[in-house]
Formats: sequence, structure tokens, C-alpha cells
Amino acid sequence: MNRKSQNTLAKARERETIRVAALFLIPVFVILTVFIFYPVMETFITSFFKWNGISSSKTFNGISNWKMLIVDKSFWKAFRNNIVLVVFAIIIQIPVSLALATFLNFTGKRGCIFKIAWFVPMLMSSVAVGFLFTYILATNDGVITSISQTLGGGKIDLLGNPDLALFAVMGVVSWQSIPFYMVFFLASFSGISEEVFAAARIDGATRGQYFWQIALPLLKPAVSKASVLALVGSLKYFDLIYVMTNGGPGDATELMATYMYKHSFVKFNMGYGSAVAAGMFLLITIMSLLTMKLTKSKEES
Amino acid sequence: MDQYKKQKYKQILAWGAAVVLAVFWLMVTVLPFIYMVLNSFKGRFEIMTSGVFTLPESWYPGNYIEVVTGEFWRYFMNSVIVLVVSLFLLLMLSAAASYPLARFRFRFSTVLFSIIVACMSIPIHITLIPIFKMTTKIGLYDSIWALVGPYVAFGLPISVFILTGFMKGIPKEMEEAAMIDGCNKIQIFFRIMLPMSKPGLATLAIYNGVNIWNEFSFAYTLTQEKVNRTLPLSIWEFKGQYTMNTPMILSVLTLTVIPMIILFIITKDKLIKGMAAGAIKG
Repeated sequence: MNRKSQNTLAKARERETIRVAALFLIPVFVILTVFIFYPVMETFITSFFKWNGISSSKTFNGISNWKMLIVDKSFWKAFRNNIVLVVFAIIIQIPVSLALATFLNFTGKRGCIFKIAWFVPMLMSSVAVGFLFTYILATNDGVITSISQTLGGGKIDLLGNPDLALFAVMGVVSWQSIPFYMVFFLASFSGISEEVFAAARIDGATRGQYFWQIALPLLKPAVSKASVLALVGSLKYFDLIYVMTNGGPGDATELMATYMYKHSFVKFNMGYGSAVAAGMFLLITIMSLLTMKLTKSKEES
Repeated sequence: MDQYKKQKYKQILAWGAAVVLAVFWLMVTVLPFIYMVLNSFKGRFEIMTSGVFTLPESWYPGNYIEVVTGEFWRYFMNSVIVLVVSLFLLLMLSAAASYPLARFRFRFSTVLFSIIVACMSIPIHITLIPIFKMTTKIGLYDSIWALVGPYVAFGLPISVFILTGFMKGIPKEMEEAAMIDGCNKIQIFFRIMLPMSKPGLATLAIYNGVNIWNEFSFAYTLTQEKVNRTLPLSIWEFKGQYTMNTPMILSVLTLTVIPMIILFIITKDKLIKGMAAGAIKG
């Protein structure tokens, strides 16, 4: 009798648990379904249609969008630019931000001014950063040109030159993203306990030795995590490039995301735009899964 | 002794090099801001004749006056409304979802958690076309309300992830006491978990707040008319209005940054910590 009532009580409790869990989780899943799961599916479906985005009639055209995508030189050029961005992020942005974070970690409170100043670019919207640097890099009355002219040189056209535009834009991307990685590494540093540092100092290690032989190995997981973030972030990059060059001149700074945007919302070729978006999604997923697997197996071995 | 001296010199040298590089990077980050503020106080033609490095002749405030008496507040209010509504919904919904994920034991809880977390890696551009289509269909296109849904949805995965971790760290004693006092789970959520999660919610408010305030792609795609633009996009509108007037646009840029700088001054380290929490988990 007693056991039975205990049983029913437990069951009632379990029912309440499930009821409340459902009540609290359903809104989130509704929103995720409406704004993420369904759109992702819909993009894949639309990629098999010809559709101008406005008319209600979509015409099914099989895999022809995908066929076009696979041989589309402009898309692969955009993909190549994305890869350049990834490489640049990993060999420039991550080491620089790690160095900045190390400096802040060593200087502590005394480095406060540096910390604040180095952090501020992160607070600016991409549109504002883009516009600001369009003026700074402008051929007429830009900062770079003015410097060159005071030194006796001529005008410098960074954003209009197809050979230089990508690097100019990448410089600006770095200016904006280095604070992000810096903050990331700063947080990782705080995960290393003070005692480790104190012990190393007592043993007579210099700060340099401490960094290379103790901190860096401890930060290794953080570095590989930052690299994965840099990879994904650079592959889906959009904002600054769209604002500053819109992919130009020609297709010199075109990225997958700007290319997708052009087809979808400028040419209103939404079928093909969806194929580009879906292709981009597949490439990003495959590449990030591969990298994560690689870094994981390395960590294990 | 000589050895010691040598090492000492080496250390001083290393510090010197580090400080020089630190100052160099300081210039790289700060100079664009100085350029922006200095030249925003110049007249339209002054910038062309006097060059970009000189101090303005008279700290001409006309640009700012013209911008602030124009449509600026409209854009500012649009941004504020979108931010407040999205942030409120986002925090409430993620707190609600995190509570059962952190505290209840039920089937599928880990699966549901992983599904939510997996959404973090989905690039927003793949959802852009369908969301655009959806908003036109339900008549929300070209309205600031179209932005709330996407902002909440794309803020949820990381928020639930961080908040679930946070709630797992809250001691269970309070809840147990409340349960004995006869509180049910919903009451426990509102009376105990929500107030106890305040520090976690503050972190999330900062991280998501900065992202929503500066968001570009959705705002650009889902709104069109001038009156419905958010603050970052207003730069475009001003650019159309004042072509070839660089100082005017620079004053707009300065004005769009100021709210964030004020927030930074108020919250200081909290802002950096909030952004770090997002960075490290994302």
C-alpha cells in the first residue's frame, strides 16, 4: 500500500517534470524551427528551382543550379578568396592577438589603458568600420594617400586595385577581429592559475620561458579552438567586404556570402542564390568537421 | 655576476621591444578613431584644403547639429526598440529552456541540448532567402519587427549553452527548501532560478546586446525604407543625403559609436568579460 502510493507519487512527479520541461522548451524549439531549421531546408529545396523571388511561380529545374554552381568560376574564385581570408586569419590575426593578450596578462592592471584601447574596435558596427576605412583608404584625401603624398609619393588606390584590394580589406578585417581573439585569449589566460605562474617564477623562469614552455602548451586547446572559430568565421564572412568593396573591383574581393547576396537580392535569381548558399553551407560544414576531427585526434595522440 | 647582468639587460631589452610593439598596436587601433573625430569637426571643404591630419580650424559643430536635428533619433529609437524587445524575449526564452536542461532528468534532454547547441554553427546567410520570403509573406517586410525573430533565434543557441552551464553551477539547496515549502517547478523557476541567474543573464545581455545593436545582414535585407532603418544602416542613408561630404559622414560614424562607448564606460570590465564569455563558448 505504502509502496504503491510512493510509486504513484513518483509517477506524478515525473509527469510534472515532463510537463514543465515541455512547457519551457517548446517556445525555443518553435523559434528555432521557424527561423533556422525550416529556412535551412527551404534553401536546399529552392536550390532545385528557378525563381525570381517575387512571382509565386517557381519552376522546378532539377539539378541544373547545382551543375552550374560546380562549374561556376566566379563561385570558386569567391571560395578561393575565403580560403585566403582563413589563412590570413590563422597566420596573422591569431598570433597577433595572442601576443596582445600575453602582454596584457603580464602587465595586469598597469596595462589597463592598452586593454581598453585595443578592445574598442570590437564595439563598432561593421558598417561603421567599413565606412571609416573607406575614407581612410580613399584615393583622394585618404589617410594612406596623404601619408604617401607628404613623403613625396603619389596617390595610392588600395581598394580600386584588383591586386591589392583583397589585402587592403583583409587588413581592415584584422583590425576589427583581432580584439575578438584577444579577448578570447585573455579569458583563456585567466584559466591558468596564478600559482602556475608564481611557481615558474620561483623556479627562476623568465617571463619568456614561462610563456613558451608553460603557458603556450597550456593554451594549445584555446589556440586550436580559436583556429576553428577563425576558419568558420572567415568562410562565412560578409559584412565588411560588402560595405567596402561589394566584392569588387571585378571579383577581386568576392566572397561566397557576397556572391550569394548578389544573385539573390540584386539579380533576384533566388534559385541560384539558394544553390550558392547551400553550397557554402556544405563547404563550411565539411571543412569545420574535418578540422575539428583533425585537432581532436591530434590532442588525443 | 656578469651572467646575471647579461640576463638583466636581455630582460630590459625584451620589455622595451614589447612596449614598442604595444604602442605601435595602440596607434593602429586609436588613429582611425582620432582621424574620425578630428575630421568630423571640419567644414565640408576644409578637409579638402587643409588635409586630414591637421586640427580643425574652429571645431565646427555644424555637422553634429545637422545630424542630430535630422532623422538621427528616428534611427536611434528603431535600434533601441529592436534591441529591448529582442533582448527581453531572448533572455526569457533562453532562461526558460536552460532551466529544465540544467536541472531536470528526462529522456532526450541531452539530445535536445545538442540540437540547440549545434545551431551555433549555422551561418545566417543560408537562412536569408527563406526568412526574406517569410517576412514578405506575412507582411512584416520593411518593418523593424521583422528583425526581432531572427535576432532572438540566432542568439538562442549560445545563450542556452552559456545559461545551462551557469544554472548547473547554482547550488541546489534553495530549490530543495522551496520544494519542501510546497513550491512547484514553475514557481521555483520564477522565484529562485531566475533571480539566481542574474549574473549569467547580465553576461548574455552584454554579449547579445552588442551583437544585436551592430547587426547588419538581416537589418539590411529585411528593411528598405529610410524610416525603418536601424542605426548602423543609417550611415547609408546619410551617405545618400550628403554625398561627397566626408566630415558629415564622419560625424554620423562618431555618433553611432558613442552609445557603445558610454556602455563601455559604465560597465568597464564587465563588458570585456561578457564578450569573452561569448567568444570562448561560441
